[in-house]
Amino acid sequence: MYSATVDYHRATSLNDAIKTLEKNKGAKLLAGGHSLIPAMKLRVANPTMLVDIGHIKSLGGIKVTKKEVKIGALTTHATVAASSEVKDACPILAEAAAQIADPQVRNRGTIAGSLAQSDPAADYPTLMIALDAIFSVTGPNGERHIEARKFFKDLFTTALKRDEVLTSINVPAYGNMPGMGGAYLKHRHPASSYAVVGVAAMVGLVDGKVDHTVVVVGGATANPMHAASVESALDGMEPTEANISAAVDKMDIEATMGDSYASSEYRAHLAKVMAKRALMMAVERAIG
Amino acid sequence: MSKYVGASIKRREDPRFIQGQGKYVANVQMPNMAYLAIKRSPYAHATIKSINTKKAAALPGVIAVFTGQDLIDGGVGKLPCGWVVPDCKVPTRWPLTVDKVRHVGDGVACVVAEDRYITEDAVNLIDVSYDSLPATVDARKTTESGAPLVHEDIPNNISYPWALGNKEAMEKGFAEAEHVVELELINQRLIPTAMEPRAAVAQWNAPTEEMTLWTTSQNPHIIRLLLSAFTLGIPENKLRIISPDVGGGFGSKIFHYPEEIIVPWVARKINRPVKWVATRSESSMTDSQGRDHVTIARMALKKDGTITGIHVKTWANMGGYLSTIAPLIPTAIYITLLSGLYKVEGIYGEMWGTLTNTVPVDAYRGAGRPEAAYLLERLVDVAARDLGMDPLDIRRKNLIPKEAFPYQTPVAFMYDSGDYHRLFDKAVEMADYKKMREEQEKARKDGRVVGIGIVGCIEASGPAPSAVAGSLGFALGPWESGVLRVHPSGKVSLLTGSHAHGQGHETTFAQVVADELGINIDDVEVVHGDTALLPFGMGTYGSRSAAVGGSAIVYAARKIRAKAIKIAAHQLEAAEEDMVYDQAAGKIHVKGSPDKAKAFGEVAFAAYTAHNLPSGLEPGLEESAFYDPANFTFPNSAHIAQVEIDPETGQVEIQRYVAVDDVGKVINPLVVDGQVVGGIVQGVGQALWEHGIYDENGQLVTGTLMDYAIPKASDFPMIETSRVETPSPHNPLGVKGAGEMGTIAATAVVSNAVLDALAPFGVRHIDMPLTPEKVWRAIQAAKRN
Repeated sequence: MYSATVDYHRATSLNDAIKTLEKNKGAKLLAGGHSLIPAMKLRVANPTMLVDIGHIKSLGGIKVTKKEVKIGALTTHATVAASSEVKDACPILAEAAAQIADPQVRNRGTIAGSLAQSDPAADYPTLMIALDAIFSVTGPNGERHIEARKFFKDLFTTALKRDEVLTSINVPAYGNMPGMGGAYLKHRHPASSYAVVGVAAMVGLVDGKVDHTVVVVGGATANPMHAASVESALDGMEPTEANISAAVDKMDIEATMGDSYASSEYRAHLAKVMAKRALMMAVERAIG
Repeated sequence: MSKYVGASIKRREDPRFIQGQGKYVANVQMPNMAYLAIKRSPYAHATIKSINTKKAAALPGVIAVFTGQDLIDGGVGKLPCGWVVPDCKVPTRWPLTVDKVRHVGDGVACVVAEDRYITEDAVNLIDVSYDSLPATVDARKTTESGAPLVHEDIPNNISYPWALGNKEAMEKGFAEAEHVVELELINQRLIPTAMEPRAAVAQWNAPTEEMTLWTTSQNPHIIRLLLSAFTLGIPENKLRIISPDVGGGFGSKIFHYPEEIIVPWVARKINRPVKWVATRSESSMTDSQGRDHVTIARMALKKDGTITGIHVKTWANMGGYLSTIAPLIPTAIYITLLSGLYKVEGIYGEMWGTLTNTVPVDAYRGAGRPEAAYLLERLVDVAARDLGMDPLDIRRKNLIPKEAFPYQTPVAFMYDSGDYHRLFDKAVEMADYKKMREEQEKARKDGRVVGIGIVGCIEASGPAPSAVAGSLGFALGPWESGVLRVHPSGKVSLLTGSHAHGQGHETTFAQVVADELGINIDDVEVVHGDTALLPFGMGTYGSRSAAVGGSAIVYAARKIRAKAIKIAAHQLEAAEEDMVYDQAAGKIHVKGSPDKAKAFGEVAFAAYTAHNLPSGLEPGLEESAFYDPANFTFPNSAHIAQVEIDPETGQVEIQRYVAVDDVGKVINPLVVDGQVVGGIVQGVGQALWEHGIYDENGQLVTGTLMDYAIPKASDFPMIETSRVETPSPHNPLGVKGAGEMGTIAATAVVSNAVLDALAPFGVRHIDMPLTPEKVWRAIQAAKRN
């Protein structure tokens, strides 16, 4: 549990951070340190330099407009969970943030740190895909935007380039839209508190019928996946328990993740049970 | 008379702990200190072909690198097994292995360097060439032909067989039986996970040839003796062991570990202080582990529920080596407990201690007794279901009546005291068992899956009469010592051979002494954990401190009182037999004349000035006592739990937990509650989450706290505790052990509750831990049938 020797640079600005990354091939960004530091202690990660962006003010803060919620990279899980603005404008995000790990982790861990890690058992990636989040990324050539579904490439792999910084995340302020409801449920691993399976469900109702459905399952596959067959099965239907059950039965996600605590078969089963429950909650909330 | 004993006094040690001001081994810091790390095997079973230390030794900052052979050449001895049963084959165990590695984490070399980070770099530069071998991990399969041999000189990987009981009576019980239940049970491997990892710091004083070793031990004197006599060869009078604040042990810090040899050996070799602190990963793969039994358990009954026979066959996994007292656990504190709270004549247990390529297994909270309680209480529940009886009724039917005490079981133990019917009555009343069952009926009609577990459990605590322990295989005698040093001012230092690592002795022992001497508790300081300050002591394990260590202190206090009476009588010019030691007032006065009195402080001062003492009486006021118990004590319990299961996910929720324990007389209810609740939580951990899993290659799959799930406070309802007090008749405090009863009852009661919930599905048994997937699968399988 002792890391290899590593240099440390406290970045004074976003530009400084990017330049330092550019110059140092083995450098890694450090924010909350809740994924990187444990990996370094196990010597699974051996960066030559840590570029600490934890003190760059422009990377923090939550901004809410009528249509959007913009969350700065350094915003901690505890801040997201406690934000009354997020609770109003994008309640599912606050609901999920409150379920991440434990208070100590929530007080230090950051949203961008979690997303850039692309851990298959993390909570946030599932939410981002469900919400069609847009990630703002800055590199040597300036800023670009990446859609959540194109951001997560594989286990612990994202579309971020080595010298890019994920600066903020934009999600829709669906809480301000009538007829929208969402819910996030997780089966918590009893040891790690990561999501064995996490399900984000969003439902939009128009005239008492389902106009729009999102079901995203995390933990069963390398990256979270839309349960597309469930989503399409519900469109245009009345949001009854029977219809939701029938739709969820159509789920065809092939679970590939499994461990000594929960096999892939069990995860696939959990995904269905939790999808149904999350959809029921989302409908209830959409009705208001 | 008792002012303090029986009172819920807040733990005096807690302010320093909760403010982070405890002093642990890792806090010991000295100038010129060097740091040590161990090169450990990534293989469970492999031959060591060569070890190349050149690159590591050449790394700047590295002071030296040593292999197992270097240590042997430097005079270290093999690690002894301190509890050897008849026909026991004790495998050879060096501090660092030289021929083969026998479990993942087995040490092969060590590095000492200028800082801890360099040691880690250097460890990675040691090049060990291995020939990997097939591994054996299962307690029973390891004895089958074709299994790889862990030690070539131990055939079939069987270290020892053991059996106890009356085989004929058992066979008769089964012959007469109208019903027999049989269960094959796995009591899974557990990883102790004390909050503080093990650590050792050694300081060699070259001119005086004295060694001081700070180590995370529950019994520093035993470690000193083993180091001196077997492993390090420094005489006891030149060897000081200090176990300062220790952050939890649960048994795992009883044992003599390789690092306790390596660290002082290296400190002497390089003539510098040396520190080693285990990482959490090292703790997981080197601290002795718990449980790991495969058992075939059978119970014979009459149709009315009367138990006529119990037969148990167990394969107990000992791991790659025999840890310090490993053979004790599945023998003399396992099979001896198979009578439980029940009057049964035909009991016979047999077992085999087997070797595998896993971390050694030894005592872990409960140690043998939870394994016995679990299988017995599972058998009783299955029998009740088969016979159509309520689990409460079948238990009541078989309880040992209170008139039968002291009660001789057919498996060696003589139970000291108890009132098991009262125990059950109280638990049933507290839980409102009848109403629980009614509500369960209603819930089932609503499609909810609710279960109620009820168990009655026995424990043998407070080891032990030394002659009995000796006859069972212990190389030492588990008595205890205590010293009371009354200072001239009347303040008292209480020196105890017991060791506190969470138990609260600094409070409870002071309560006992303050009452015995009639002084203020603030005038008593408890000293423990340093071989230089104390007479020989046997340490803390097996819930023995109050019953054995506490009794030694009582007898020392009574010697102090006797001497104080002599001094007061002399000074008051009265006859000794006319004196009254008034403990409530803290004074010694002449019978009938309370004004003719000497305060305790006055007597203490007089003892040290020695101006006016009875002729022939030695000055000073200090007494010691060595107490050898007449018997174990036998705490007992009735626990009731209610669970609800989510039938779609298999998730278990504990809704209620009622614990009624008889731990004899209670010194401090707050501390006992803490022990009971802590024990329950640890037992529930085994029932629902904890599992040290080795794959077929001997790799520890659950080697980190990301995978190995220990209980969290948020997983529990408020645990409701109460007590029945039947004082132990054979120790002066009337106390029994309180540290392990919770753990012993909890696995059984939670398992029974879960299986009761699943009864409508026809699920008969699931092995622990009762994880959601296992429960869900059991429901699925039952539905298919």
